[in-house]
Amino acid sequence: MALVRMTSPHAKGSNHTQTIMLWVLGATLPGIAVLTWFYGFGTLINILYASAVALLVESLILAIRKRPIGFYLRDGSALVTAWLLALALPPYAPWWLTLIAVSFAIVFGKQLYGGLGQNPFNPAMLGYVVVLISFPVEMTSWPAWRGIEAVVPDVHATLGLLDGVSRIFLPVSGEIDGWTLATALDVVKTNNSLTMTELQATSPAFGQFAGYGWEWVNLAYLLGGLVLLYKRIYSWHAPVGMLAALAVMSLLFWNGSGSDSNGSPLFHLFSGATMLGAFFIITDPVSGATSKQGRLIFGAGVGILVYVIRAWGGYPDAVAFAVLLMNLAAPTIDYYSTPRTYGHSKAKRGMGKTD
Amino acid sequence: MTAASPIRIWDIPGGIHPQENKLQSLGHGIETPPLPRELIVPLQQHIGARAEPCVAVGDKVLKGQLIAEASGFVSCPLHAPTSGTVTAIGPAPYPHASGLEEWAIRIEADGEDRWCELDPISDFRALEPAALLDIIRASGISGLGGAGFPTAVKLKARPEQKIHTLIVNGTECEPYITADDSAMRYRAEQIVSGIEVLMHILRPEQVLIGIEDNKPEAIEAMRAAVGERPMQVVVFPTKYPSGGEKQLIQILTGKEVPSGGLPADLGMVCQNVGTLLAIHDAVVLGQPLIKRITTLTGDALSHPTNVEALIGTPIRELLTFAGLQPEKLYRLVMGGPMMGFTLQSMDAPIVKTTNCLLAGSKAELPPPPPAQPCIRCGLCAEACPASLLPQQLHFFALGKDYDQLKRQNLFDCIECGACSYVCPSSIPLVQYYRAAKSEIRALDLQQHKADHSRQRFEHRQERLQREAEQKERDRIARAEKAARLKAAKEAEAAKQADSDAAVPAADAPAPKAGGLTPEQKQLKIAAATAQMALKKAQKQLTANPDNADLQAQIPQLEQAAREAQEAFDKAQGEVSNQPAAPAPQAAGEDDAKKLKIEAAMLRAALKKAERAAGDNPSDQQQAEIAKLREQAEAAEARVPATAAAKKPVDETLKQAKLDLAMARAATRKTERALAESPDDADLQAQLATQQQALSAAEKALHEAENSSPIPPPERQRVDKKPVDEQLRELKTNLATTKADFKRAERELKDATEAGGDTAAAERELATRRAALDVAAKAFADYMASKETN
Repeated sequence: MALVRMTSPHAKGSNHTQTIMLWVLGATLPGIAVLTWFYGFGTLINILYASAVALLVESLILAIRKRPIGFYLRDGSALVTAWLLALALPPYAPWWLTLIAVSFAIVFGKQLYGGLGQNPFNPAMLGYVVVLISFPVEMTSWPAWRGIEAVVPDVHATLGLLDGVSRIFLPVSGEIDGWTLATALDVVKTNNSLTMTELQATSPAFGQFAGYGWEWVNLAYLLGGLVLLYKRIYSWHAPVGMLAALAVMSLLFWNGSGSDSNGSPLFHLFSGATMLGAFFIITDPVSGATSKQGRLIFGAGVGILVYVIRAWGGYPDAVAFAVLLMNLAAPTIDYYSTPRTYGHSKAKRGMGKTD
Repeated sequence: MTAASPIRIWDIPGGIHPQENKLQSLGHGIETPPLPRELIVPLQQHIGARAEPCVAVGDKVLKGQLIAEASGFVSCPLHAPTSGTVTAIGPAPYPHASGLEEWAIRIEADGEDRWCELDPISDFRALEPAALLDIIRASGISGLGGAGFPTAVKLKARPEQKIHTLIVNGTECEPYITADDSAMRYRAEQIVSGIEVLMHILRPEQVLIGIEDNKPEAIEAMRAAVGERPMQVVVFPTKYPSGGEKQLIQILTGKEVPSGGLPADLGMVCQNVGTLLAIHDAVVLGQPLIKRITTLTGDALSHPTNVEALIGTPIRELLTFAGLQPEKLYRLVMGGPMMGFTLQSMDAPIVKTTNCLLAGSKAELPPPPPAQPCIRCGLCAEACPASLLPQQLHFFALGKDYDQLKRQNLFDCIECGACSYVCPSSIPLVQYYRAAKSEIRALDLQQHKADHSRQRFEHRQERLQREAEQKERDRIARAEKAARLKAAKEAEAAKQADSDAAVPAADAPAPKAGGLTPEQKQLKIAAATAQMALKKAQKQLTANPDNADLQAQIPQLEQAAREAQEAFDKAQGEVSNQPAAPAPQAAGEDDAKKLKIEAAMLRAALKKAERAAGDNPSDQQQAEIAKLREQAEAAEARVPATAAAKKPVDETLKQAKLDLAMARAATRKTERALAESPDDADLQAQLATQQQALSAAEKALHEAENSSPIPPPERQRVDKKPVDEQLRELKTNLATTKADFKRAERELKDATEAGGDTAAAERELATRRAALDVAAKAFADYMASKETN
């Protein structure tokens, strides 16, 4: 029998890209469970539908690009993009909205750059921002949540499975005024007359320390993220960078609890997409920074931008914008955060123009 | 220093924990395989120059006898692993990733295994370190850990650096390998004795024996063997690649070997336990390195074990000894699974660096899955012990961005394979780095060669320019000489006329009003150059006010310049004061004297400058000397030219020379004219006549020369003529053939226009063209040969 000729190392670890992707998907389960609890089946339907769209569009593009379809679909990256995008979109978003967002993410966000590993921007966030700018009404239509019956009795809170499906795919049939309500971030942003305590007392959007329901969603994402950290799917640098920066910013610009308050650090850490962003979005290694130090800087940049846009910008939440902006900066961060190599007295930093 | 104060253990960045797989080969101690029938001893088993065989085919050799000598400082001798007969010296199977053959000495064992006379050292402490180093060198010991660097060279890599720490590497971090583990378990005493030899040579302040904590038996054995000796067994957590020299130094001392440097730069030396065993054998037993402990392991072996095998034993025999199941064998690796390389043939022998043979089955070492795209997950960067960014290196290697690769410190990669091991996308990262490294090395070599060529080209250009300038100077000198001769002749004629018919002196050709005679010109040039040299020296002195030599030169140069100027002024004054007619000759004689004086002065100045510069002249001094020498030579060159006029001139010879020159000029002129209008019959006839005249003139000159009283050296230039003769012949030939060709062309044209038969004309043209080609080629060849001469 002929002996094979192969390059070292001959031993191989058991880690696979697919495994990493599956772990990321698995870690979103607590968040999905809480979202479903508060908002009904919308999230689940979104995820299934978005996944189908993503796999279909990815296959199509791979076929056009003449790449082996099965090989690339199996890496699970399209599924992760669809899944995260579905979590970011409002439950019961109309079918065409999800279609546009997911298709844009896969086609323009990923495949046109050369597929997995080549995209400069986070595909999910690119798709999200496209629909957020294009269809602001649909994108801010978060449904009423479980528990709202106590405040607004005539609104049936979460919908049943069939109702949900029909609402997504036949939106006109179930249009009810007042079915959607502003989130806590919205309320704080537009408020300029009431103190925080008054807001908390009057607005149903508030929970114990952040948005009603959202604080639980964020806690669930945090749990999933901790599992991923424990499994060493990614290092702690980016999430810690972002959360620390957000906490510091919200502490510095808190403005007390009066009517011009920007919200407490706790409020910011557990509202909106903070935890989803910190543990599932900015940890995308492809579009993030490379070295540990670079990831810390990258995360901090996202945290600062999130707060700046939340407090002084035009949108109530800003994870998507902040991530895309920092994606732009990632290559530069890489150039200036190279670690020191063994045997060198200091790291070589900067562009390193040799001519 | 003592065992009582445990030293601090440092951590290395990165690292991985692959399956150890060490137990399977540890069950049988160290076994001795049967003596092989034939041994193949490759000449290249170490880093450095290949050994040179010192035995011949058919020679009987004894075990331990020298069979190949080291060929250079970084090289290793080889010894016969057993007694027998040398059967062949030539290319033989060789364990290398390329699968290529390598020169080797084949020895057929006689089965007696008889030692040659050995020279054991009973008390090595009585010997000088240098003598011990010689024994180590002569015993052919190179690093047994894997790289195979000659040990004696490594021990004295930095002779100026005091070695304060001796590190003994018993880490053996690669999975599967247990050769060092076995050596420490069963040969601990000998290893410690080897350490003592090194301690005697190096006199280190501390000795650290580094062992990973997955070898408790080895640690125990080593601790027992060390006893109360001033050595310290340091145990640290198992992690790949702790056993890399640089990593082990970091673990034990917290220091990093500078990039591109050696451990000796830190005052440390690191040696593998196997090497120390070999040093013990060489010094205490007098046995050269002919055997080593090798691990035979892998799922394709039914009896995995460690053997003490003779170097040169064919791999097939060792694997058979370990119970090879050929149907299971899929991948045969020499070395460990992380850094070893695959072998294509079992015919190759084991060499000094063979610490393990891993005969893996397909289930054990499966082929890697197809590589997926890099997702920059960064697991590789977390695993890298050198703190590199493997994912960045991968991207730059794909893009062949070699500048960035160098910037990202690609050459600090130790190719440990940790990045490839953890890569979830199964990218063969190390292979990319190896390829990029060799590509960069090749490019650097190319660049080096290109630089070298450019330098040579530039030097050649300079030389050519110098030669052209020299030619130009010679030409000017010749022209001046001719002018002088002419003037002398005319003066003669005028004198003649004067005595004959008392023609007024004013009618004689006088130097042009306001113009300078050639002698004056030369003097003026000499004055100007001297002035320039002076100015230059002054300028340099301003730049370097402390240069004493320059300061000393200035007055000399000043004097030289003054004198040159005076000479010139005087010459000019004389011209204006003297009557016109006799002036040239008188001035010429006078000037020749002055030129001689000037030349002598310059020569003196040159000698002085040379003396002042001493043995190690600075660049400036060298430049100054070169300039002075040039001036002196130029001045000297002028002197004989002028002086020649003073010498008793053989009028016949001179006349003959002149005639020849004129005849030659006339011939050349006609030749040129002929080349322009090649079919002028008159010109051709004229040329023939002139050529006759020329040869007649040459003949006359030769006769004149023969009868001339002037010694032959003066006439050397004339002897060169035959060469030019050939050239002229070639030129003439070329011109005539060209003329013939043109005529044939015209005839063809006429024939075509007349509408007649062109075939004959075409044939004629073809013949002419061929003749022209031959002539042109002959001419070109001649010119080329002249050029190379």
